[in-house]
Amino acid sequence: MLYIKCPYCGLRSQNEFAYGGDGTVKRPTLNKEVSDKEWDNFVYNRKSPRGKHVELWHHISGCRQWIKVQRDTVTHEIFKTVSADKEI
Amino acid sequence: MSQTYRLNNSGQINRDKKISFKFNGKKYFGYEGDTLASALLANGVHLVGRSFKYHRPRGFFGAGVDEPYAIVQMVRNNETEPNVRATEQELFEGLEAKSVNCWPSVNFDIGAINNFFNKFLPAGFYYKTFMWPKSFWYRIYEPFIRKAAGFGVASTKYDSERYEHKYEYCDLLIAGSGPAGLSGAYAAAKNGANVILAEEKPRFGGSLLTSEVNIGNQSGKDWAEKIIAELKGMPNVTVKNRSQVFGYYDHNMLVMSEKVSDHLPRSKKFSPKQRLWYIRAKEVLISSGSIERPIVFGNNDTPGVVLASAAKEYLKVYGVLVGKKPLVFTNNDSAYETAIEFKKNGIDPIILDSRNAPKSEIIEEAKNLGIQIKFSYVVVAANGYKKVKSAQIAQISPDKKNLGKIEKINCDCICVSGFWTPTIHLSSQSGNKTKFDEKIDAFVPGKSKQNETTVGSANGIFNLEETISSSFEKGYQLSKKITNNDNKVSTPQVSEKKFTNHDKFWCVPLPDKKNLKRFLDFQNDVTVSDIELALREGYRSIEHVKRYTTLGMATDQGKTSNLNGLQLVSDVENKVVPSVGHTTFRPPYTPVSIGAIVGREIGKHSKPTRKSPIHSWHEKNNAVFVDAGMWLRPRYYKKGSEGLFEASKREAANVRKNVGVCDVTTLGKIDIKGPDAAELLNRVYTNAWLKLPVGKARYGVMLREDGIVMDDGTTTRISENHYHMTTTTAQAANVLSHLEYYLQLVWPELNVNVVSTTEQWAGAAIAGPKSRSLLQKLFPDKDLSNEGLPFMGYTEGDLFGVPARIFRISFSGELAYELNVQSDFGNFMWEKIIELGNEFEIQPYGTEALSTLRIEMGHVAGSELDGRTTPYDNGLDGLISKKKDFIGKRSLNREAFIAKSRQKVVGVVPLDKKTSIPEGSHLVKDASAKLPNPKLGHISASCWSVEYNNPFSLAIMKDGKNMIGKKLYALSPLKNKSIPVEIVSSHYVDPKGERVRS
Repeated sequence: MLYIKCPYCGLRSQNEFAYGGDGTVKRPTLNKEVSDKEWDNFVYNRKSPRGKHVELWHHISGCRQWIKVQRDTVTHEIFKTVSADKEI
Repeated sequence: MSQTYRLNNSGQINRDKKISFKFNGKKYFGYEGDTLASALLANGVHLVGRSFKYHRPRGFFGAGVDEPYAIVQMVRNNETEPNVRATEQELFEGLEAKSVNCWPSVNFDIGAINNFFNKFLPAGFYYKTFMWPKSFWYRIYEPFIRKAAGFGVASTKYDSERYEHKYEYCDLLIAGSGPAGLSGAYAAAKNGANVILAEEKPRFGGSLLTSEVNIGNQSGKDWAEKIIAELKGMPNVTVKNRSQVFGYYDHNMLVMSEKVSDHLPRSKKFSPKQRLWYIRAKEVLISSGSIERPIVFGNNDTPGVVLASAAKEYLKVYGVLVGKKPLVFTNNDSAYETAIEFKKNGIDPIILDSRNAPKSEIIEEAKNLGIQIKFSYVVVAANGYKKVKSAQIAQISPDKKNLGKIEKINCDCICVSGFWTPTIHLSSQSGNKTKFDEKIDAFVPGKSKQNETTVGSANGIFNLEETISSSFEKGYQLSKKITNNDNKVSTPQVSEKKFTNHDKFWCVPLPDKKNLKRFLDFQNDVTVSDIELALREGYRSIEHVKRYTTLGMATDQGKTSNLNGLQLVSDVENKVVPSVGHTTFRPPYTPVSIGAIVGREIGKHSKPTRKSPIHSWHEKNNAVFVDAGMWLRPRYYKKGSEGLFEASKREAANVRKNVGVCDVTTLGKIDIKGPDAAELLNRVYTNAWLKLPVGKARYGVMLREDGIVMDDGTTTRISENHYHMTTTTAQAANVLSHLEYYLQLVWPELNVNVVSTTEQWAGAAIAGPKSRSLLQKLFPDKDLSNEGLPFMGYTEGDLFGVPARIFRISFSGELAYELNVQSDFGNFMWEKIIELGNEFEIQPYGTEALSTLRIEMGHVAGSELDGRTTPYDNGLDGLISKKKDFIGKRSLNREAFIAKSRQKVVGVVPLDKKTSIPEGSHLVKDASAKLPNPKLGHISASCWSVEYNNPFSLAIMKDGKNMIGKKLYALSPLKNKSIPVEIVSSHYVDPKGERVRS
């Protein structure tokens, strides 16, 4: 079970969090013309990188904040966690 | 029966307390401190089971977790439990156990005939044999395999025992209380670290319990006792026996199973049977020791062949002789301790040592004691069927390939030692890449991946002095790293006998023209020839060889067999062991009972039950409940002998005719506040929200980014910057997460706060033509006329002193209102509604009537918004704003979503107006067409229309709009039904929606 450092609550066990997918995806801005390909990439296409990856976790049984977690997908090592408004 | 194999005074058992127990129905005696195994051996019982495949007689091989044979079915406190190792089970008064894998009895087992047909049971036998004909599988092969497979029988009864989970945090977790664990724990504890010391056995001390060493001028055993007593008295130390750390997971999370009550006749009051500990440790010290491995020879599974270390443990801990004419067969010095122990107790052993004239202190001691030693000698085979009677021995050539003349030697047990295998399971599970240590012919931990350190013989160190000094040092260093304290205790003086090198020899060659079974895996009956066959058949990867032959796949997970298996593969393949590699170590290290894993999360405790504040009223009024997620909701209120069908029809009809009330507390409610609240709603919902006035509600649909409908509900503007959103019961949590996601990550510039208020408000829906009259009685001072509170209007009122929110919204298609009060007043509100509603013939209605009312109105709900449909599919086109952007809008342009033949929600009526259509039925053109019959759509929801008094269903069907008026068939192969139907509009009742506005 992962041990995730919530930027608000500190180190908490994984069972307090919900996984939220790829943290590098950016939603196209509203009211902007978007090509089919661009939209498909946003909605469906995800990379599954081996190694360092930024992902979202939701501290659902805690402070209810979405956070960004940089994790190694092979070793599960967590390098950094930041609040949703920050970039890794 | 007398204990003829019990010594008079040695051992660490309590001879003052006699314990009686039963094995296979026969009564025996043992002492407090015995295991079932030691007590049976004391009574001369060597035959405890039959082997898995050949049903050969099996006895005891080890004295602990590594035991491959002695697996018994336990009866304790009227519960039966399979897969219990007799070597681990402590004796208690009244214990009952029996053999497994034998029929009709362990002494005479019909399955033993397999032993003579062994040519037909080679490696991969099941894969090769049970392939054809297909029809044989269910009738013959599977029942046969089921009967033959497994060890023991699982109970089918409800387990009345209690199991617990515990979460714990510590600086240093130490797995194993042998010399390494004790040293590490002591040094770390003295330096102020919070320490948990776990020992799988009842006694602390590990190898110190049976070795002849001296630590700090005391015997090893006395030193261990002193250290443990001191540790137990320290407030920063938790010492646990009968506790197996069985799994090493990510981020230094380890799981330990504590057998709290298994050694007692029954669990004490308020005490669990077992407790699972989830331990998050800053550092882990693995001192799990090592397990002796056997040398492989002919018929090496005969009862009476035991590990030399086990024989020594039975002698020193339990005062039990595994035999009175022992043969000790070894390739190293450690088995000499066993021989010397026999000698000290008046038994004359004979040592066969595969080495050619080795020299060491302990060999000298054995010689001086007058023990007969034969160097360059090996055991070729054990003789005897149910017990060793003699052994065939021979001299072996220096290259270990040729045997001399076979000699016969009388003996009643063979104590075998093929050197020691470090127990690296936990290290390997932590992600540590193990490496092969040529010096000891075994794998040891390599570079640490997590915060773990392995010490002692688990790290391949078999020298006590080095073990103790390095463990003291590690304990000190790790605790210093965590606590920053610098309090170092001195390391005690150690004296021990120095051993010489072992012989890298693990398998005795077959004598000429003899075909003896030589077992590698004793529990799964895997022999040397099975592995050789698998290799001849082309299996190369050790992982494949394992699965094909089942080597190491039994409940002991190959603790005594894996390394010899690797040696064999490397010999045959002419490779070195490290390049063959070992199979992956996975948790659990030893079997863990399902009960312990589940813990307290059983039955109703497996998830919370959510009840509305009106629940007890429903109970008192004969509600029949249904699970709605975690909620319990009234499905219908039973009157007299009514069933679901009659009751729901009555309740729904009363709504259409008079007035009904439904508990809608379970609907998700989200409070939304902030100057940008309207903008958020405008982006989340598909329709326009910026112009919704205060005091008005609006129906909205929200999509996922892929254009699929996520949820629907009404949102009401309570005041300028304050909205009240409702969601479906099922999606409440997801919608809140969804809003939080967009507010925190995508549009953090929006100044809005959202919070769940589902449980803060109790809700009641009042529906029916008489609902306004009732509402007026509830709020006599308010103008509730169609003008005063129009459709989709909102107002607040005073319900006999309780502040209430009044929404004019409808899910039933009738004139309807929804009242919300603070949860604490929910029951008060409900009782007032019922009390004042009596004169309007009010009846409560449940979820079944609720569904009926919405289905015949054609209102879509969860069965249509099933995560696969777009708003267009559901006829919600009018709610899609053309002017603004919203979540998921871009996806609605996808080709497939706007295709002409796209599915639509339609109504379906059976032509006979009598036959109800099962939900899930397929709509087809031709009922008797050949399979696969092309499917045009499926029935999503069915009801009995109370308006027209005939069945009515909703369906999602291809090109639905153009199918209205078509006559088709609804097929339900599950219910064996084929029903002629007509497709109609989904808005079956009041298609213009006049009633809700009346």
